[in-house]
Amino acid sequence: MIMGKQKKMSEIIVQIDGKEVKAAEGMTILEAAQKADIFIPTLCYHEKLEPYGACRMCTVEVEVRGWTNLVAACLYPVEQDLIVRTRSEKVDKIRKLILEFLLAHAPCSPQLQDLAQEYGADKDRFEKESSFCIVCGLCVRYCAEVKKKNAVGFVDCGARREISFIPEIASKECNSCKECFALCPTSYLQAAFVLTESLAFPAESSQTALKK
Amino acid sequence: MPRINSASELEKLRKGILSVRDPDKPCIAICAGMGCLGLSNGRVISAFEEEVDKKDLKAKVEIRATGCHGYCEKGPVVVIYPEEICYVEVTPKDIPEIVSQTVLGKKVIDHLIYTNPDTGEKSAHLSEIPFYKNQMRQIFGNNTKIDPRSIDDYLAVGGYSALSKSLLEMSPEEVIDEVKKANLRGRGGGGFPAGRKWDTARNAPGKEKYVIVNAHEGESGAYMDRAILSGNPHSVLEGLIIGAYAIGSHQGFIYARHDAPQLKKNIDIALAKAGEYGLLGENILGSGFDFHVEVHLDIGIFVSGESSALMRSIEGNTPEPRPKYIHTSVKGIWKKPSVLNNVETWANVPLIINKGAEWYASTGTARSKGTKLVSLSGNIINTGVAEVPFGTTIREIVYGIGGGIPKGKKLKAIHFGGPMGGSIPESLLDKPLDFDELAKLGASIGAGSMLVLDEDTSMVDVARYFLDFLSNESCGKCVPCREGIRQMLKILTNICDGKGREGDIELLEEISDVTGAASLCALGKTAADPLLSTLRYFRDEYETSIAKVISPAEKRE
Repeated sequence: MIMGKQKKMSEIIVQIDGKEVKAAEGMTILEAAQKADIFIPTLCYHEKLEPYGACRMCTVEVEVRGWTNLVAACLYPVEQDLIVRTRSEKVDKIRKLILEFLLAHAPCSPQLQDLAQEYGADKDRFEKESSFCIVCGLCVRYCAEVKKKNAVGFVDCGARREISFIPEIASKECNSCKECFALCPTSYLQAAFVLTESLAFPAESSQTALKK
Repeated sequence: MPRINSASELEKLRKGILSVRDPDKPCIAICAGMGCLGLSNGRVISAFEEEVDKKDLKAKVEIRATGCHGYCEKGPVVVIYPEEICYVEVTPKDIPEIVSQTVLGKKVIDHLIYTNPDTGEKSAHLSEIPFYKNQMRQIFGNNTKIDPRSIDDYLAVGGYSALSKSLLEMSPEEVIDEVKKANLRGRGGGGFPAGRKWDTARNAPGKEKYVIVNAHEGESGAYMDRAILSGNPHSVLEGLIIGAYAIGSHQGFIYARHDAPQLKKNIDIALAKAGEYGLLGENILGSGFDFHVEVHLDIGIFVSGESSALMRSIEGNTPEPRPKYIHTSVKGIWKKPSVLNNVETWANVPLIINKGAEWYASTGTARSKGTKLVSLSGNIINTGVAEVPFGTTIREIVYGIGGGIPKGKKLKAIHFGGPMGGSIPESLLDKPLDFDELAKLGASIGAGSMLVLDEDTSMVDVARYFLDFLSNESCGKCVPCREGIRQMLKILTNICDGKGREGDIELLEEISDVTGAASLCALGKTAADPLLSTLRYFRDEYETSIAKVISPAEKRE
């Protein structure tokens, strides 16, 4: 009976796209939606990593006590009587433009192309950028949070923000790992690694190549 | 110096300080603020010291290097007390004359006093100079009287009496009530009621709580916080300790700029002195209340001053904002309740406690109480920091205090709040300085920087300038802000370069909509504000620039 009561205390009912969804206290909207098989697009989210809230693709409309707001589903905690709309004119407009911004960097990314189709995003809307990194940070955070190696990090800020391998760490750690390669939605990371390798530790890399 | 252990010991000490100070003894107060520092006031100060030494006047004359006087345009500024004779643009060669004529001879030197450029009228005393006369300096006024490195100077003007009153005569709830009744609103940009923030933090669960002084001041054209904190650091510290007592915090942080060594020095001295006197540390004034302060220097980008980024920076992380779906007053530094207020907000607290909420709230407008410091820059005759009551019209500030526009040019616009603010046109000059009034006009008051723009300014270029600033000074974490700013900046640069295209304005509006709605923090959400305000009032400038380019192409078709 005590257990039942506790469960009841922490259970929260939210409404997502008109559907009643049971969620636990401390869950985010995204987690609650995933549990109920409701799809919210994401680019920087990964279940093994801390929520990051950078890509804003998971922006949804919420209604709390009469207030409507746009929030990032990967970060916003569920609360009782929360109403969530995962699609609306506003939400779609935001996602479309975000995709168009990112397609200027990585027009050939399959993940972006699929989403572009869904939201009617034009990959040629903005002039192409020289870097095809979309700065989702999956590699940086995976290396820091899961592998605890910090072989790849962010450098610089604002519009100049980019990822960069730290040669001293990368030369020791990366050849035997490369787990982040599969996470990269644009394959920029692999290119950055090969470049770092060829410039900073070519000896190690050729040896690995010969062994193979 | 023995520790002060009670209110009566504090008053005894204060009496002691005042009793050895002769109010008639000449005092040379030289502005040692950052503006004057840049104008070699160091040479003026040492010239005074040499002259006083040479004439063997050390016992008879006091030399005081004070905080910023505010009148940066006319620096180095020197005020001779007790007559309060004010000399402007003083150079080392003027010093012997000042000492012999004014300090000793009590005569005014005509060529060193302020001359009104319009009327030719001269003003000998500080309070007669239009720049000062039209202000209400209740936060800033003591700057000319205090050596920021001397805690005795601060005690001499009544310092720490509000702390003593709060700790020994008031409950924390009473302090919060007073601040709420005074309707003190955050001076850093948001205008959020400080009392409400304090209340939330006080009631938030947890034993450990923090209070923070945001002295980051990254807004371009804003320099009033530096003037207060480096000029009168104890006034800010006193406010901070009172706030800590009110919310139940025992650890405070001052987050200041790495590129202002004088600021850091003055803060360090103030903290050390306050500790020595028992006004900081364990059992403050014998009240049983403990409070410590640490100074943190910023990671030098603009976004470091955003509250959640600042708190992450104090934790030792990169200064990237985090979403505030849960307020920092509930979960801030290390997820503990944290109250962050700006320098000027804290400096208002002792005044409210000393004189009462009713007195305080009698100045200002219905919803903006007290005074506001503004920093004037751009196409204005008097560059400097001024303090005015809320409700003062923008015209009074620009013309009455600022002296108007140089070179006989016409005023075009006033830009408030730097890269997250907005511009208003000349036609709205009679609007009052007020948090809500200005926000309604699309020109948030921000921290109080007022950039005055004359008729030669291109407003498209103003918008471009601020986006260029943000593209370097944002963190670059979230897509709508990073990429939105990148694209808006490209379009604006094209328009400024004569390469604008039809549809650019609509595209700018679409991008600013998304950046405003979907960005992670306030920087991104308001990044397009300068652009939007210039589109609101100066749309024709955009249209003209674009049309100029389109027409020849259309003709060819």
